[in-house]
Order: sequence, then C-alpha cells, then structure tokens
Amino acid sequence: MSILIIAEHDGVQLSPSVQQAVTAAQAWNSAIHVLVAGNAADAVAKQAASIYGVERVIQANALHLEKPIAEDIANLIVSISQDYKVILAAHSSFSKNALPRVAALLDVAMISDVLEIQGNNTYVRSIYAGNVLTTIQSCDAVQVLTVHGSNFNSASLTGSAEIISVETPSTFNRTQWKSEIRSQSERPALSSAKIVVSGGRSLGSAERFESVLSPLASKLGAALGATRAAVDAGYAPNDIQVGQTGVVVAPELYIAIGVSGAIQHTYGMKDSKVVVAINQDPEAPIFQVADYGLVADLFDAVPALTAAIQ
Amino acid sequence: MKILVAVKRVVDYNVKVRIKSDGSDVDIDGVKMGINPFDENALEEALRLKEKGLASEIIAISLGSAANQDVLRHSLAMGADRAILLETDADLQPLAVAKLLKVMVEREKPELIMLGKQAIDDDAGQTGQMLAALLDYPQGTFASSIQKEANILTVTREVDGGTETLALTLPAVVTADLRLNEPRFVKLPNLMMARKKPIETIDVTTLVIAVAPRLQLIQVAEPPVRKAGIKVNSVEELLNKLRAHEGILV
Repeated sequence: MSILIIAEHDGVQLSPSVQQAVTAAQAWNSAIHVLVAGNAADAVAKQAASIYGVERVIQANALHLEKPIAEDIANLIVSISQDYKVILAAHSSFSKNALPRVAALLDVAMISDVLEIQGNNTYVRSIYAGNVLTTIQSCDAVQVLTVHGSNFNSASLTGSAEIISVETPSTFNRTQWKSEIRSQSERPALSSAKIVVSGGRSLGSAERFESVLSPLASKLGAALGATRAAVDAGYAPNDIQVGQTGVVVAPELYIAIGVSGAIQHTYGMKDSKVVVAINQDPEAPIFQVADYGLVADLFDAVPALTAAIQ
Repeated sequence: MKILVAVKRVVDYNVKVRIKSDGSDVDIDGVKMGINPFDENALEEALRLKEKGLASEIIAISLGSAANQDVLRHSLAMGADRAILLETDADLQPLAVAKLLKVMVEREKPELIMLGKQAIDDDAGQTGQMLAALLDYPQGTFASSIQKEANILTVTREVDGGTETLALTLPAVVTADLRLNEPRFVKLPNLMMARKKPIETIDVTTLVIAVAPRLQLIQVAEPPVRKAGIKVNSVEELLNKLRAHEGILV
C-alpha cells in the first residue's frame, strides 16, 4: 500500500508546499505517489516528478479540472483510493475544502493540519487556536490528513519519478466554478515569504496601512500581513490575515507593527524564526513572543526603520 | 426554502483553556461556554435570507449534552423558528456529527444547510464538507457572501490569495467565514421569549448511527512557549541586532 499526496498548483507552477508534504509522507516508509489534477498541467506533473522521494506522478487531465471544485477532486481521489493507505496534502484552503469530502466518502476520520507524525498513525496537532497540543491516534484503515507545511523540510528537486495518466470521473454538474479574484501583488506569497511585515489596528486607516507598511515591505522584499482587527476594520484585505482563521506563516523574520498580539494572531506567526514587535503600548502581549521589542510610535519608528535599511 | 443551521457549543473564545494535571484532556469544567462564532455567522446569514423573503423557516440544531440547550436558546433568541437537540454524552467527532446531521436532513428536507467553517475548539474544519459528501450535495465552504436566485446559490469563498465564486444548485451545504456578516446582538426580551419556546430533543441512540470516535486521544500538552526577548531602545539598535542574525539581510 502506498501514500498518495494531492498536489496543489495553479496549472503552471507546483506549490512549494508539495515538497514539504513529501517529507511528511516519508514517515510511513512506503512508496509515495503524487496526484496532479488539472487541464494539460504537464509542466506541473514534471515538477512533481522531480521531487526526490516521489516514485510516481499520477496525472488526471480534464477540462473541468482547470479550475477544480472540491466535488470533482474528491471523486477523482476516491476513484483511485483503493491502492492507498494514506492520502495527504499540505494544509491550505484547497486541501481543507476537498479532503474532508474524501474522508467522508471513504468513511474514515480526517486529521487536519498535522504538526508532527509519530508513527503508528499517531499525530500531534493543535486545538484551541494553538493553545493546546493533542496527540491522537487514528484507528481507521485509511489515513486522510493535511500537514502543516512549515513543520516539514522541503524535499529536494533531484528526483525523476515516472508519470502515468488516469481516467477522470465525469464532472459533478451541480457545482459550477464561476470566477476568481486573485490579489494582484508584486510581493512574495504570504505563506512562503522569508520576511513578513504585518500591521494591526493601530495603523488607523487603509491609507496609512499602505503608506506606512508598503515602503518597508518593498525594501525588505517582504510579504504584507495583517491582524484580524485590521482586516475587520477594512485596512487590509482578508486574504492577508495572519492567524487562527487566516494564514499561518513561519518566515525567517516577522515584523509586527501596531499589533497587540491576541492569541488568535500569535497562533499564525509564533513559528517565525525571529520576531520583531513595534508597538506604543509596553504592555502589549505581542512583546511576550517577540525577540526584539521596540516601544515606540509606529508612525515615527517605521519610516525611520525603512530609511535606515539599504 | 427551509434552512437547517448546525450550531456547536464551544468554550468561549476569550477563555484560555487549561490542561488537566495528568495531561489526559483539557479541563473545561466550569468554563464559560457559548455558540461557536462561525456557526453564529451561519445562523445570521440564514436569518437574513428569511428577512429578505428568500427563506421560509430556520431550524437550529445542536448535538451534545442537555447543556447545549443554551446555544439553542441563543439561536431562538436570534430568530430561529425551531430548535432541535440531538442529545448524547458521547464525544462526537466531525464524521459522526456529519452522519447524524444527514439523518436530520433526510427528515427535515431543508434546501440549504449552513454551518460555521470550523469550530474554535477542535479547529478541525471538516463537518460541512463531510455532510455534503454523505448527502452528495454541492458545497460552498468558507463563504464570505451568498446570493440566491431561483434554485441557484452563488457563493463567494475566501481562499488562499483571493476569492472564488461558485454557483451551487440547491440543495447544498454552505460553511460560513467570519466575513459573511456581523451577527446581531440578542436583545434581553428575545432571550426571555426564547426560554419559553420548546426545544425538540432526540436521543441520539434512537437514530442508530455509529458515533464512536475514530481518533483516540492519547494526551494533551502545552505548546512550547516562545520566550520573550529583549526590548531595544532605538531603530538603530534594532537593526544592529537583526544584522547579527544569520540569513537576515536588512
């Protein structure tokens, strides 16, 4: 019995999180296959085949997989599931949409956002917004799980797996994909950026969120993030929200600006290597998780910081 | 259109949960409980559909012990027409909840089933998708906006890096993101009136669904605590500290 990894991609580029999922899958010491579902996503299949440790790439080609819906992805996975004891993907809005559907169709539990795989189908994951770690064991015949990508190293791109094709079940015609809006940004993707500059409600307006944080982020080549409070206040778009209900990041450097440090937010950034906090309130909880804290008016300190960076 | 809204009773989001001293589980004895915030968004949206004349009846359903009556009273006070409690003391995991909800969907035949996108206790985020799978229904998860026209529900979903819009043919399952709406405040007179409304209680054992947990809890622990570092006094000092770190070029 093998391991099946569900690849996330945009039709052209494989998500780097697939390399992390491959490392996670090594825990079972079994053959690793990667499913690439798309419409003529040959380039993506080739990228998946180059991940070290992957034995086979399974390519499913269909027009309706161009912008895949969870219903079609789930039916496709179930159609090839009989060969697999583990079905996994990196945790993302794509996988958390589709994999619970797979688990229910297979009548097994699903384990979401696994932090650590301990063997014997035992996992560590967090509950209560990261305040508690649970160790759980699954007694199901098939393991369906998503893994917390940043907790696993990226497998190298030195492999050469075979690529085979599979039949795709017909489309689930009661769900129609209509449109999408992708945030247009010159900046690196938030989830994989090496540096993240994040702003809170203290920025005070959307204009100031942009005018204060953007120059710093640009100079650092950083992604922009925001707290839920800043998003709810309309200062920043929802898709850059860092936290329990948003994106979870683990960059080399996380700069929290005017961020109070609610547990729902720190859940999303506490695995960052170095954390800097700039906040006027010396009692702000963000300082308890920051390596370097600067108690200052952000409207003075951030432009000064931006100016001082070459 | 009848809408079934599933509401979970969870530890209040402001409470920092403690762990039992033997590490066997979390200790939630005597802790403040309430309706899962995402489920409240789901209920609010159902009520708004009814207020627009697009829904006829809103049924709130909760699963768990008799204590779950409080979230059902809250739901009735918000405006739900009926409340159902599937009563059990068993530990219900998402797959079991989905199976029990399926039985109730088959009984009530709603055209739309709404839930929160995740519960803030187990952070699993699975029940809606599982229910949709078991019913073979379309699913619209992490919804930040929904619109109904005839038997088509247009759902805008919050996804990594943007939004996506789907058209679902009803009946369907939708899970709510916090951005879907701002739930109304419950007024005291409504809460008083809700106390007098009946809650239909069904003993889960009568539904003959296997609900035993598939995931065994081995232990719980505190996560490693990130230690507070130092305070710096100036931007210059901050930059000097950062430059001393390998791999950070600022």
